[in-house]
Amino acid sequence: MTVYLLKRLAIALATLVLASIVVFAVLEILPGDPARLMLGMNASADQVELLRNQMGLNAPLLLRYLHWAGGLASLDFGRSYTYSVPVIDLVRERLAVSLPLALIALALSTLIAIPVGLYSASRRGRVGDTVAMGAAQLGVAVPNFWFALMLIYVFAVWLRLVPAGGFPGWGPGAWPALKSLLLPAVALALPQAAILARVTRSALIEVLNEDYIRTARAKGLPYRAVLWRHALRNAMIPVLTILGLQFAFLLAGTIIIENVFYLPGLGRLVFQAITQRDLIVVESVVMLLVAAVIAVNLLVDLSYAVVDPRLRSRP
Amino acid sequence: MSLLEIEDLSLTIGGARILKGMGISVAPGEIMGLVGESGSGKSMAALTVMRLLPHAARATGRVSFDGIDILAASEDQMCALRGDDIGMVFQEPMTALNPVKTIGEQVAEGIRWHSGATRAEAEDRARKMLDRVGLPEAKFPLSRYPHELSGGQRQRVVIAIACALKPKLLIADEPTTALDVVLQAQILDLLRDLVAENRMGLLLISHDLAVVTEMADRITILRHGEVMEAGDTAPTLSAQLHPYTRQLAQASMHVPARPKTHLADTAAKPLLEVEGVTRDYRGRRISLFRRAPDVRAVDDVSLSMAAGQSVALVGRSGCGKSTLARMVLALDRPSSGAIRFRGETITGRSEAELAPARRDMQVVFQDPYGSFDPRQKVERLIAEPLHVLEKWPTRAERREMVAHALHEVGLDQRDMDKYPHEFSGGQRQRLSIARAIITRPKLVVADEPVSALDVSIRAQILDLFASLNQKLGIAYLFITHDLTVARAITDEVLVMHEGRIVERGKTNDVLDRPQSEAARALVAAAPDLHRAIARRMQEQG
Repeated sequence: MTVYLLKRLAIALATLVLASIVVFAVLEILPGDPARLMLGMNASADQVELLRNQMGLNAPLLLRYLHWAGGLASLDFGRSYTYSVPVIDLVRERLAVSLPLALIALALSTLIAIPVGLYSASRRGRVGDTVAMGAAQLGVAVPNFWFALMLIYVFAVWLRLVPAGGFPGWGPGAWPALKSLLLPAVALALPQAAILARVTRSALIEVLNEDYIRTARAKGLPYRAVLWRHALRNAMIPVLTILGLQFAFLLAGTIIIENVFYLPGLGRLVFQAITQRDLIVVESVVMLLVAAVIAVNLLVDLSYAVVDPRLRSRP
Repeated sequence: MSLLEIEDLSLTIGGARILKGMGISVAPGEIMGLVGESGSGKSMAALTVMRLLPHAARATGRVSFDGIDILAASEDQMCALRGDDIGMVFQEPMTALNPVKTIGEQVAEGIRWHSGATRAEAEDRARKMLDRVGLPEAKFPLSRYPHELSGGQRQRVVIAIACALKPKLLIADEPTTALDVVLQAQILDLLRDLVAENRMGLLLISHDLAVVTEMADRITILRHGEVMEAGDTAPTLSAQLHPYTRQLAQASMHVPARPKTHLADTAAKPLLEVEGVTRDYRGRRISLFRRAPDVRAVDDVSLSMAAGQSVALVGRSGCGKSTLARMVLALDRPSSGAIRFRGETITGRSEAELAPARRDMQVVFQDPYGSFDPRQKVERLIAEPLHVLEKWPTRAERREMVAHALHEVGLDQRDMDKYPHEFSGGQRQRLSIARAIITRPKLVVADEPVSALDVSIRAQILDLFASLNQKLGIAYLFITHDLTVARAITDEVLVMHEGRIVERGKTNDVLDRPQSEAARALVAAAPDLHRAIARRMQEQG
C-alpha cells in the first residue's frame, strides 16, 4: 500500500514537472514580445530593451525556466503585465469564484449521475432506462453554453429565482454568492452528469452479469440490496476513472461558462490574459489548472485502492 | 415425502425450449445426481428452483419445495427461501465471490439478513461455519479477501455461504469441475459430510458420470431438456438399459484405438530434451525495501521425448506444469537450464532464430471459446501459424492448406468462411487442432485440451488426437490433471509436484502402481466409473 502510494505520488510529481516544461516552452515559441506589448507600439527599441532586461527576458532559457518554476513552487507567480499586481493576488481572488463553482458542479454531476445510472441499470431495456439514457444522450450532445442560456432564460429571466449573471462576492454572505453560482454549476454539471450516468450504467450492467452477483442473490438478498451492497462498489472503478478525467473538462468548461454568466473567475482571467498577451498570468493559471487536474487524478488513484482490496496488496 | 418435487417442468427462453416436461425429486438427506451434457438444461433446472432465471425465461409445470409452490411464490417469499432453506453452490469458485468484500462479510451477510442476528453474532456463526468447511481461523481470519485464497479455498467459502443457515436443500451445480482431482475429492467429501450432519437434501449437478456415481443415491439423466432415465444409481448405471445412459457411460470410459505406441527409444536422437530447467518468479514487493522470496515454479526439471511419442504431464493445479509447457514452447525463458528441440537449443534465442523451431511445435489450449479472435474468419484463424513458414504461401495455397487441415480434423472445407461463434465447443476444439497441425509440426503441446468438453465430444476429440498421432506421427505433450485422459492417449506419464517431476514411467505402470506420494494422491482422488459402480453395487445390494 505504501509502495503504491509513493509510486503514484512520484508519477504525479513527474507529470507536473513535465507539464511545466511544456507550458513554458509553448509560450516561449509563441510570437509577441511582452515588453513591447506593455510599452505600446510607440516605444523606442531602447526602452523595450531596458524593460526586457528588467523583466529578465534576456536571460538564458534554462535560467528563466528555473527561475519561473522555482517561483511557482514557492507560490510566487510574478507580476501581471496588464494589471501590474502580483499574479498570486489575482489568482487568489478569482479562485474564490472558480473553485466553489467547479466543486459544486462536480458534486452535482456525481449526485445526478450515480442515481440515474443505478436506476437505468436496474431497469435495463425498460421504458425508464430508455428515457433516462435518451436524456443522457441529449446531455452529451448539447454544449454546456447552450444549457447555460436556456437556464438563464427559464430561471433568471422568466421565473426570476436567481440572478442572470455577475457575482456579488463572498462579502455579503454565502447565500447570495451561492445563488449566483447555482445556474453556472448546473450548466457545467449537466453534460458531465450525462456522460457519467452512461458510464455508471454500463459499468453496473457489466458487474451485474458477474458470478458473485448470482451468489449474492442465492443468499436471499433482494435485487435492490444486491445492487447497492455488491454491484455499486465494484462498478466504482470505471466511474472514478471517468470522474478524474472529466475534472479537466470541467475546468476547461468554466472558461466558457464564466464568460456566459459574467463571473469573475479563473476562466475569465485566463481568457482576458490570452487576448492581452499577459503571458505570466496565462502561464500561472494554466499551471494551476494542470496541478489541479493532476491532484484530482492522484486522488482518483488513491481511491481505487480504497475501493478495491486487490490494489492494496499490489506494489 | 419429497423435499423437492419437480413435475412436468417446461422452460422456454426467448423461443428456445430448454426443458420439456422434466421431472425430478429430492428427499431429505438424499443425494440426487442430475447428469447431462452442456445444453441439456440441467443448470436451468437448478435456477428454476431458485427462481434466478434470466428475465426472458418462462416456466410452466409444478415445482414444489417443502409444500411451497415455487413457480407461484412471490419474490419476497423467494428471498426468504434463498440462502435460508435452499442454498446453492456454483461451478466457478474464482468468480463466485465479491472481490471487494472480506470472506467474513460475505458469509455473515446471509446470516444477518435471514436471522436478524447482530453483526457480532453473525460473525461468530460465520467463523464457526468457515471452521466447519476447513478454513481454520489461524490461517483464514474473517478479514481475508477472496483474492488471497486459492480456487479450492474459495469454493469452501461458497459452500460456507450456502450452508451457513443449515438449508434443507443444497443445489450444487458442477461444484468441482473447475478444481483438480485432489481438491475435487476433498470438496465432495465435505458435501457428503454436510448432507449426513443435517439431513440436507443435495441436488448434485454434473457432467461427470464418475463423480455423480460416487456421490449420488439416485440419478437422473437429462438430455435436450428431457429425462432419459432415472433411478437408483447402481442398478441404473450397471444395467445401462437406456441407450443414452450406455452412450454416456461408454464415452466417459472411452479409450481411443492406438495400434502403434511409441516408447522412449534411447538409441534415437530425442525430439525434445529438457535439462535441469528451473523457473523462478520474483517475489512480490512487500514494502519499499523488501521483497518476498522468489517463487520457484519449476525446479530442476529434466525430461526427454522421442518423435511420435505421446507423453502426459500430470499434476495438481499450481504444480508448475503449465509454466514448464510455456518454456518448452519458448514463450517463457527458464531461469536456468537448457531446452533442446530437434537437437537445437531453443533457450535464450531471438524470435527470428526461433522461427524454424516454431514451425515444428504448436499448441492447443483448454478453452475452445477464449482461444479465437471472434471477429476473424476461420480461414485466417487457422492460417495464423503459417507466417512462421520460410516461404509465405499464396492466397490460393493458403486456402488449400486450410481446407486440408479442416478435412483432417473432420470439418468441412466450407467451414473456413465462417466465424468462430458458428461452431460448438467440440467443433472449436477441432479448429484449435487444425490450427496446430497446419504447419505439420513434430510436437503439439496440449494444455488440458478436453477438460472443457462434454464426455461424448471429449471421446471424439481424444480419437482425433490418437488418429493424428498415428497418421502424422505427431508427438504430444498432454498437460492435464485428469488421469483418464492420460490413460486414454499417452505412452508415458510424468508426475509433477511442487515444481519437480516426482515420478515417471509407462502410463499404465504409473497409474496402476503409483510409487510417489503425489502420484498416489492423484490416483486415489481420480473418480473412476468402474470402481464407483462396483462400490455402489455393494452398498445398494
